[in-house]
Amino acid sequence: MKKKEMLLGLLIALLLAAFLSPLASSWPDGLEKVAGQLGFLERGGAAAPAPAPDYLVPGIRSGALSTALAGLAGTLVVFGASLGLAALLRRKRVR
Amino acid sequence: MHIPDGFLTPATYLPAWLASAGFLTGFLKRLAGTLQDRAVPLMAVLAAFIFAAQMLNFPVYAGTSGHLLGGVLAAVLVGPYAGAVILSLVLAVQALVFQDGGLTALGANIFNMALAGAFLGYFIYAGLLRLLGPARRLWAAGAAAWFSVVLAAGLCGLQLAISGVAPLGLVLPAMLFIHLFIGLGEALITVAILETVLRVRPELVYQLEAERP
Repeated sequence: MKKKEMLLGLLIALLLAAFLSPLASSWPDGLEKVAGQLGFLERGGAAAPAPAPDYLVPGIRSGALSTALAGLAGTLVVFGASLGLAALLRRKRVR
Repeated sequence: MHIPDGFLTPATYLPAWLASAGFLTGFLKRLAGTLQDRAVPLMAVLAAFIFAAQMLNFPVYAGTSGHLLGGVLAAVLVGPYAGAVILSLVLAVQALVFQDGGLTALGANIFNMALAGAFLGYFIYAGLLRLLGPARRLWAAGAAAWFSVVLAAGLCGLQLAISGVAPLGLVLPAMLFIHLFIGLGEALITVAILETVLRVRPELVYQLEAERP
């Protein structure tokens, strides 16, 4: 994969995260649905605080904008972390 | 099917953490000796794409949604080891930054969606590929993608039952049934993307060269 293709791939992921994520279905997913039906949904919680719970950037009033920004940030974090990890794994062979 | 904190008891999530950490350590060690240069940018793009795609819930039926998991998609393109590693990384960022999946449950989520979904999913794909022949590669990938989602849902149901949140006889069939449909979305998206990759840049598919006689 060439560098140009990598950046094109990243751009596609960023566009999906920014423009399609606010349009995503807000219906519960399979597990949430089952948890609701079987009455254990309210057991769920979070053990520790996080920067942007539920893909919403705190302090931004518009839900769509907040989700889009969270999507953009998350995509960049995942891209950077996996690029770094993969580069590290590849370099190890040379040593 | 990202399990939040609170659903699983320590007797379930601690062994899941241990198993996932053990397998991932082995995978990373193996990749450190064998990862090819060309896999590096592909892993990064795939991870970014899978993260973005996992935000895009599609309606399945009657008030239930699903989204791509991407395990088989990743493994078909970068292999079972790198595929499981990038899925784990996506799950870790989702839990740490977005509270999508709990921190205590991260080991179980990695077990279900990265180790079963991507790693085992790859071998289901490879087995089907041998059975159906390379001309039906997309069928093999689509079927493996569907099965990987149902498998992950089944494991999730088992873990919930072991944790005692619901009886096995209720939670397992409920999880499997809903994911029979969510898995169809997984298969469609996986096949659509692989069809494009095979048409535009077939050399990006893992070990495609090695399969040639």
